[in-house]
Amino acid sequence: MSLTLKQVEEIAELARLDLSRGEKERFRDQLSAILDYAERLQQLDTSDVPPTAQVTGLVGVMREDVITASFTQDEALANAPQDQDGFFVVPTVLEES
Amino acid sequence: MDKLTDLTLHEARRLLDAGEIRSVELTEAFLNRIRAVEPRLHAFLTPTPEMAMEQARAADEQLRKGPAENPMLGLPIALKDILSTEGTRTTCGSKFLENYIPPWDGTVVAKLRKGGAVFLGKTNTDEFAMGSSTENSAYGPTRNPWDLNRVPGGSSGGSAAAVAADECLAALGTDTGGSVRQPAAFCGVVGLKPTYGRVSRYGLVAFASSLDQIGPLSKDVRDAALFLEAIAGHDRNDSTTAPRPVPSYTAALHESRGVEGLRIGVPGEWFGGGVSPEVAEVVQAAIARLEGMGASIREIHLPVSEHAIPIYYLIAPAEASANLARYDGVRFGLRAGGADDIWELFARSREAGFGAEVKRRIMLGTYALSAGYQDAYYKKAQSARTLIKQSFDRAFEEVDLIVGPTTPSTAFRLGEHANDPLAMYLEDIYTIPVNLAGLPAISLPCGFAQGLPVGLQMIAPAWEEERLLGAAYRYEQATDWHTRAASAVPT
Repeated sequence: MSLTLKQVEEIAELARLDLSRGEKERFRDQLSAILDYAERLQQLDTSDVPPTAQVTGLVGVMREDVITASFTQDEALANAPQDQDGFFVVPTVLEES
Repeated sequence: MDKLTDLTLHEARRLLDAGEIRSVELTEAFLNRIRAVEPRLHAFLTPTPEMAMEQARAADEQLRKGPAENPMLGLPIALKDILSTEGTRTTCGSKFLENYIPPWDGTVVAKLRKGGAVFLGKTNTDEFAMGSSTENSAYGPTRNPWDLNRVPGGSSGGSAAAVAADECLAALGTDTGGSVRQPAAFCGVVGLKPTYGRVSRYGLVAFASSLDQIGPLSKDVRDAALFLEAIAGHDRNDSTTAPRPVPSYTAALHESRGVEGLRIGVPGEWFGGGVSPEVAEVVQAAIARLEGMGASIREIHLPVSEHAIPIYYLIAPAEASANLARYDGVRFGLRAGGADDIWELFARSREAGFGAEVKRRIMLGTYALSAGYQDAYYKKAQSARTLIKQSFDRAFEEVDLIVGPTTPSTAFRLGEHANDPLAMYLEDIYTIPVNLAGLPAISLPCGFAQGLPVGLQMIAPAWEEERLLGAAYRYEQATDWHTRAASAVPT
């Protein structure tokens, strides 16, 4: 399994990582090697084997929906890189039409 | 009495309850020890001496009224810096969270704080617990107390080194693919990974949610039992915790049948080409010892376990890529400057805040989950995970316990695997299958190879921590490997 630079760029776009040129090349080679290694899984016959997503055996865990103490607005904003008037500040999200 | 810093949790418990020592003097001894050895080891990212002394004074106040009701009262411990601690910065070994101060304690931390434990500080870890050496910490590696040119293992390398160097009585780590057991083996201490769902993950910063589990690193097995008892249990804030009562693990050390008559399985595959001859020899000797103590040893087969590494390195990065999507530079953590729109802000902040291994795993996981590849990689790995679990189930129909090496080799040199991520991944070949199956396992000292500690791994069926700890305790009682002091730090 050999990834192309273009594929690496597409994955980085999905992962929201602004990779440098050097990183892209390095990851192309390293990820290709790791995926090559993962190819050995194809030797396993899993055609009738159900997938395991978790091992607890617990299903549909419910609890009482009760109100408990929560953070104050100040606590919630205490680690924000930028805030104003009780809000998180971010750059433009919507483009002007 | 030996030096205070030589004590175990249970010895310190007895002395505190008897009024023979005070938590304040115990805590001061550890803070002095930390000051003395940290320049060499770098086990801690954030020592918290003021808080520790305050907690110690409060503990002494309570102890004046009589013996402790909580087994952790007044005991100085360390916490891996991936556990959320209210008011104390929690970096996860990442630049992204360099200045992040959580407004809340995770469940386990809250239990310990309420019980009166003394927090000496936050220990070093591979970034977001991704690694096997602590070299992936954004704040520099921790060094092995047995050889300063070698790694302590990882990702809980800071906690393991701190315990081995007597910088704390015991410490918490987290184990997703071996991150408690492997550093315990490399540093010559005891490391316990409980059954998945035994200990709450609430407030453990998530790496791979279906695999992560908090566990203690300690100087002996009794301490592991005592510590587990203090942190285990159901939690309404973690729906993957089991609503099961917590037994007295310390009582089980004596009540369980130990090793006599125990059917122990040794996976033939784990003594194949992967393990170094020196480690194999030491572990075989330990198994012979167990046989001498009355266990019946038989070879078993875990055929799919050789596929555990590729299964893990598809599932864990897939879960990580989802869990780490939260680091976006908006609500907390690092924000890169100069972004014109929000998409640029996300991509630049993540690029600036994450190190190479974290990016590599996010990329791998994103790919494994992406349209067109999900069936071939992620779903395939999940089905293969079922086969791993089934092979353990079958093995436990014939045996009570599985025993083998914790790691294929002893501690490797700093930088040895720096340019070969796959070689680093292979370090966890005997620990990863256990996480995939959700089983409890322990690594305990069983000898030395060329002066470096070797770990013996014991694995039990789910929820059989009492059997696991009971057998480990009897082995430990019959040997003295756990009493050896780390050789590269002053005694």
